[in-house]
Amino acid sequence: MQIKETSKIYDVIIVGSGAGGGMATKILGDAGLKVAVVEAGPFFDPKSPEQQTQLKWPYESPRRGASTVRPFGDFDSAYGGWEIEGEPYTRKNGTKFDWFRSRMLGGRTNHWGRISLRFGPDDFKKKNIDGLGDNWPIGYEDVKPYYDKVDKLIGVFGTKEGLRNDPDGFFLPPPKPRLHELFYIKGTKKSNIPAIPSRMSMLTKKINEDRGVCFYCGQCARACQVYADFSAGTCLIFPAQKNGGQIDLFVNAMVREVTTNAEGKATGVSYINKEDRKEYKLKGKIVVLAASACSSARILLNSKSKQHPNGLGNSSNIVGKYLHDSTGASRSAFIPDLMNRKTYNEDGVGGMHVYTPWWLDNKKLDFPRGYHIEQWGGLGMPSYGFGFNPNDLNKYIGEKVGGYGESLRDDVKKYYGSVIGVSGRGESVAMKDNYCEIDPTTVDEFGIPVLRFHYKWSNFEIKQAKHMHETFEEIIHNMGGHILQDRPSKEQEYGLLAPGRIIHEVGTTRMGDNKKTSVVNKYQQLHEADNVFVVDAGPFVSQADKNPTWTILALSWRTSDYIIEQLKQQNI
Amino acid sequence: MDRRKSIKSIILGSVAGGLAVNGCKPVSEESLIAPTVKVDEKHFGRTPLEKELIAELNAKTFFNPHELETIEVLCNLILPATATIGGALEAEVPEFIEFMSKDIPEYQPKLRGGLMWLDHKCNTDFGSEFKSSIETQQKEILDAIAYPDIKVPENKRPLEVQFFSLIRNLTLTGYYTSKIGIEDIGYKGNTPNIWDGVPQDVLEKHGVSYNEEWIAKCIDQSKRSDIAKWDENGNLLT
Repeated sequence: MQIKETSKIYDVIIVGSGAGGGMATKILGDAGLKVAVVEAGPFFDPKSPEQQTQLKWPYESPRRGASTVRPFGDFDSAYGGWEIEGEPYTRKNGTKFDWFRSRMLGGRTNHWGRISLRFGPDDFKKKNIDGLGDNWPIGYEDVKPYYDKVDKLIGVFGTKEGLRNDPDGFFLPPPKPRLHELFYIKGTKKSNIPAIPSRMSMLTKKINEDRGVCFYCGQCARACQVYADFSAGTCLIFPAQKNGGQIDLFVNAMVREVTTNAEGKATGVSYINKEDRKEYKLKGKIVVLAASACSSARILLNSKSKQHPNGLGNSSNIVGKYLHDSTGASRSAFIPDLMNRKTYNEDGVGGMHVYTPWWLDNKKLDFPRGYHIEQWGGLGMPSYGFGFNPNDLNKYIGEKVGGYGESLRDDVKKYYGSVIGVSGRGESVAMKDNYCEIDPTTVDEFGIPVLRFHYKWSNFEIKQAKHMHETFEEIIHNMGGHILQDRPSKEQEYGLLAPGRIIHEVGTTRMGDNKKTSVVNKYQQLHEADNVFVVDAGPFVSQADKNPTWTILALSWRTSDYIIEQLKQQNI
Repeated sequence: MDRRKSIKSIILGSVAGGLAVNGCKPVSEESLIAPTVKVDEKHFGRTPLEKELIAELNAKTFFNPHELETIEVLCNLILPATATIGGALEAEVPEFIEFMSKDIPEYQPKLRGGLMWLDHKCNTDFGSEFKSSIETQQKEILDAIAYPDIKVPENKRPLEVQFFSLIRNLTLTGYYTSKIGIEDIGYKGNTPNIWDGVPQDVLEKHGVSYNEEWIAKCIDQSKRSDIAKWDENGNLLT
């Protein structure tokens, strides 16, 4: 088979169209560069009647939204999941890692939780605080101007709280709390745990003429047809196209490797067109990888050449290392004071209106890093699973469990909206021994060698999860609630979810000043090929007790500015 | 700006993409903030592969006619119609259970085995199949399997008890995700609206209130269509 090449030479080839790739497309496209965006999945626009799941009713799905096909149910917008047919990955030495991939324009930004938190000053310098891991080569002051710009371009609601390590931004006003959230606020207050308005990227207020304002259907995971929440397609790539950008979108195009020349510099990428299953080459002066932390590492490791025998940018052997995900543990509770509710529309925005940022000093605790708390509840739209075990909660009020007939209707109504969930999302410590690498024994259906994962939680994370449960129990007790699950044991790692389950994987191409211990420099430029950049979460030196997306966006913008500057100076 | 007018312009301005305002309803704030939605009935956002899978499942049949009739009897006992609202049969729950038995094949042995158990038990006790026994006999059988011992973990309970829990779960979830069931539960969302907090009577009923300082920071919905502008310190000006 002959690989097909095009004669067109792009200024920039961007691999991936999620948060990092979307932002690079917007900034580089607006700067007048010729841009190719290469996406492994199909085109996606939540406005398209054929692709839309927003405002659909459960009965429009024959499985009523069950998660048989899509891991978060039929109405979630993500095309993909932890397992994708034809695209396997493997695990090493009995360790666990679950790898979530969305194959679509906009990637995981179409369905994500929109929790949009800045990293704080401490988050870039954790080694200074606890001696673990490494500091970033940049600090909050380097990223702050970009966080400010991202806030204004994309829109995020929140409130100025003056918390040192949870910096304020340019916020839209938040929505009012829902009923169960008032109970959560009450429960946290009693234990002096903070609860503040959440910070999420839905437009509670207009920011420009192109995007609509939130109409409170609570379905951001389905992606918004009026573009009132942040998705990379709707908020970055489409506006860049509309702005007259010279942007060619390649969809269903699975990048295999970055091609390089005799000097070891990138010349473009090769990809498999999923429709005709043939390999193609694109030429570009600059390659920007934004395929997600693990996919970008995979592309680099698969880009072997005479100049880069160990994979592109990998003479340090660091590509794939220091993989880390956020920690996660959850509990739920029945709140008798929330029984027998009058129903009204409290869909609100998709997700929580209230959350708890990390509030303690780890120096006084037996684990090094913090977590934030998310909560859920309310009078949500029924979906598959609603009505299961309709009166199990009877046991808490001294009534009989089980039965059939008309009384079940009363039971379902009695308990509708009376259950609250709490989840901790925390920072793990980046470890060299948690990594992904190429599994030479396995290829995907496109013939591309796949990733093999090796990942173990340490006692740092396990002790943190234990602390989460102690906190959950205290808050639930304060709300007068009954906890619905036993506290997971030490043997169960205190309910710590398998790494990869929180879908915040970062760190596989980490940044640093030292070429021997890092993959990219502080501008996310490969140490070993100055025309290759990584703008997903791969360059993160450490994950904070925050969600990564806002930092991906800010750093991608910063790198894009750097690329424009370097091109002007003819340095690359 | 008059709040009512502004809310009208908000919806017209912001949802012009996929939604249209229903102009026929009487003019009230309610109608202004709740435009009807243009829904394409043919799609619920399936990819071509997902559509194929649904077609494949629909082309298969799992339950035989006798089993399906028994499921109908069971569904009707679990959630009968009331004087005012339809029950599981009106909500087409048996058809839903047929689909789910193919969508989640792990359910199949428990469902089919449980139905066999019902007929066996009914034949033994009353000399007739479950579906053709009289209601008091059917209920006598169900009374023995419908109230699980909650101290025993679910997977350690007798098969017939697990079977009944599964069929009850499927009946209730099928019902409450149907049009009739959503009406019965009183879910009011899945429609464009403007969230402006919990109604006062609800706050009072549940003994909570809003903190004024908190509320002062929340969105003033009459200004939601004014384009956001900030000073250099991030203070919102509009």
